[in-house]
Formats: sequence, C-alpha cells, structure tokens
Amino acid sequence: MSVETSREIRKRGHLRLDATLAEAATVVGPFEAQGPLGHLFDRVVQDELCGEQSYERAERCLMRGAVDLVLDRTGVSASDVDILFGGDLLDQITTTNFAGRDLGVPLVGVYSACATTSEALLLAGLAVTSGAADTVLAATASHHLSAERQYRYPLELGVQRVPTAQWTATGGAAFLLNRAERGAARLVAATVGSVQDYGLKDPSNMGAAMAPAAADTILRHLRARGQTSRDYDLILTGDLARSGLPLLEELLAEEREHPDHRLQDAGILLYAKAQDVHAGGSGAVCSALVLASLVLPRLRSGAMRRVLLVATGSLHSPRSYQQGETIPAVAHAVEMEAIT
Amino acid sequence: MEPKEYRQRVKRLEKPRPIVRNAFWAFVVGGTICLIGQLVQSGLMAIGYNQETVKAPTSIIMVFLGAVGTAFGFYDRIAKLGGMGANLPITGFSNAVVAPAMEFKQEGPIMGTGARIFQVAGPVIAYGLLAAFAVGIVRYAIMGFKP
Repeated sequence: MSVETSREIRKRGHLRLDATLAEAATVVGPFEAQGPLGHLFDRVVQDELCGEQSYERAERCLMRGAVDLVLDRTGVSASDVDILFGGDLLDQITTTNFAGRDLGVPLVGVYSACATTSEALLLAGLAVTSGAADTVLAATASHHLSAERQYRYPLELGVQRVPTAQWTATGGAAFLLNRAERGAARLVAATVGSVQDYGLKDPSNMGAAMAPAAADTILRHLRARGQTSRDYDLILTGDLARSGLPLLEELLAEEREHPDHRLQDAGILLYAKAQDVHAGGSGAVCSALVLASLVLPRLRSGAMRRVLLVATGSLHSPRSYQQGETIPAVAHAVEMEAIT
Repeated sequence: MEPKEYRQRVKRLEKPRPIVRNAFWAFVVGGTICLIGQLVQSGLMAIGYNQETVKAPTSIIMVFLGAVGTAFGFYDRIAKLGGMGANLPITGFSNAVVAPAMEFKQEGPIMGTGARIFQVAGPVIAYGLLAAFAVGIVRYAIMGFKP
C-alpha cells in the first residue's frame, strides 16, 4: 500500500451532477428523538419494534415509513417513481429488498455500509442528471437492535462497551430527486470513494478505520473541483464519531486543509453526550438523518450555500473480522448547494 | 501518512478504558453477587445441608437468579457497570446461555434457540471439557487408576 501522490489523486471518480433534491423525510426511534435533533425529525415511532414482530421487520417499517412520507409530501405517487436506490446494513440488504416488495417501485439495492446514504444519493443524482429518469428516490434505514444482533452480541448478554464503540442509529430516511426548479438543494457534483485500508482490525473503533477513506475522498473532491475546504459552509462526515474525526482533521492538515468548524460529523451531532453512546452514532441512516433534519432546511433557507456530504462506511463483516482480516473503508462525497 | 504511522497515531489518540473505575465497579458488582451466593449457601445450611451437599443447590439457585435477571432484562445493565465482576460468577455463565436462547427464539426452536444457545458459552464448555480431560490424563499418569 503506498500513499498516492497529489497528481495521482486528481479527478478520479469525480462526477458532475445537475439534479434537484426536492424533498426529504425522516422517521426515527424513541432514543434518537431524545437527542439534540429530536424536534427536527418528521416522525417518531414510539417503540423500538415499530409495531412489528422482530427488529428486522421494524427496520423495514422505518424505511417504508420514510418513503411513504416523502411521497406524501411531494404529492408523487409510487407509480410515478422511476427508480428507488436504497440500502441498509443487514445481510443481503433484506430491509431494502423486503421494503421494496411492499412499495412496488423499481428498485436498485446498493450497499456500502454506512456510506450507503451518499452512494444512493450519488446514483439517484446521476440518474436524473443523465436524463434517463425524471423522479428518483434514495432511501436508507438502520436499526440499533438489528445491527447489534448481526454485528455484535445477543441483546441481553452482559457486555461492557469500549470508549471507541459507536451506537447504530435507529431510523429511516428518504430523499426525492427530480428536475424541478425549486427544492431543498441542488446536487452539483460527487466523488465516488475508493476503498482504503490502513490495516486497522478493531471493529469497535470504526471511526479510525474510516477516517483515511474520508480524507482521500474529500481531498480528491476538492482538487477535482479546484476548491478548498473553506469554500464550504459545512463538510458533513457520516459517522467518524469522536474517535475518527480528530484523525481526519490530522490527515487533512497534512495536505494543508484546515476546515476547522466547517468539518462536522453526523455521528457526533445526532446524540447528546449524556445519552451514553460512547464515541457517537453510526449506521446507514446516521448521516441521512442529520442531512435531512439539520442541513437541508438551512440550504433551503439560504443560511448555508454549499455543503459536502461525506458518508463513511466500514466494509467488514462479522466473518471477515473473525478470520483476522483488516477493515476496508469507503467514503462517497456529494456536493450540494442552495437553490437561488 | 503511511498506514503504519497512521496505526501508531490511532493507538496514541485512542481514549483509554477507564480501568480504575471499571475495576472498582467489578469489585462492587462481583462482590455483591458473591455475597448473595454466600447468603443462599448459609440459608441452605441453616435448613440442614452440610458443607458437601450444599454446593449443588447453591449453584442451581444462582444460575436460576442469573437467568431471571437476564429474562427481565436487567442483567445486561448490571454487567455494563460491573464488567467481569458480573460475567465471571456463575450468574454470568447463566446470562451467557439464556441471552442467546432468548435472542434466537425468532429463528425457531431448532435452528434458532437450539442451535445457537451455546453460541457464547460454547467455548467455555468445549475447552472446559478439554482441560478436564487433560488434567485427568495427568492425574492418571502420576497416581495410576484409582476410582
């Protein structure tokens, strides 16, 4: 593994987009509603099961809820949706595929762990930009308890978490993209992440494993666009949390990028410190919830002009970890600006 | 930054585990569980069990208490605070068997609960048996076969 030189980094994976992010909708669990952004979410489900029999079914309920809500708000019917790009964290992305069964829209399932939000947005933006589709949805969901079941331990097992551990967010989020003149924001560019692996092995410190991927994507994006981090009101990483964000700052500083307060992490913003989520939030929906509830309203009002969403994903599986493999990570960037 | 240099930096920046606080709570929680165990044992001896016969019923009662604590959803909270202090006593072993049994109920009685019940405790049982076997061989080698 060698560190790429600046010249090699340039332009690869860079996409020009021209699509309107018309509307977004969020559904969250009760614990997320207690966080600092609680009052900004569109719907709160009162119990972790969402009225279902299992947490896996509850996760589908969250995704369906968000999609229904965004369709409702925009007055678009499911039969008018050209494509839904959706993804989640569970094996075989069952949340998305099973929600698709109920939604009855043409579906493309995508996966890049917690970077799925920006991957889905990027693909949806690309579909609209190319002119191949008119109305496109991007959706993600994750559930704390279904993720615990898949990635970690049985729920009732007595386990002590380490300080670098993160808390998978419970919620669903959906975005509707089209060619309209008005909307929440315009997607103008994106950079597709390349998988980075700096040889870290600890799945309870995902922030550290993902920070190099975020740095690589941010630097490539800025260079391809001829920008610096100061051209942004906000660079929002997905879930680096308190363990990963300082590392990203160091990696960017090495390349003489000092975004300071402009660089924020959704995993840190989503929960209050008193909620005892250790390093911060994570999960496919983590960045989507913060984008939809906190960032898009500010872009819509013009309080923010330019935002870079950099959702980060840790691409290991419980099996790859047990077999002693290191943790590869990826980050996809989507640049959006206010519609004047 | 080279990956090796990065890994060193990660190690340096990693927030250390609160060892003193963890050890304190492990002592309190583990000690409390053992105190309860002692009370159970003393109670049984007061109703007629002797030093030898009291061992099995004491363990059974503690395993039962661990299972009840797991079923009602508070053993994991005790363990979050007490760590090894809650995992090491026999109530912790009970938690390690009952938690997956509850967890995989949704996957059915055979492939779920049945197949996964020892997911956590399995290694302890497997290597416990192996260790007992090894000790038995050593004893046989030294002392010969005596029932």
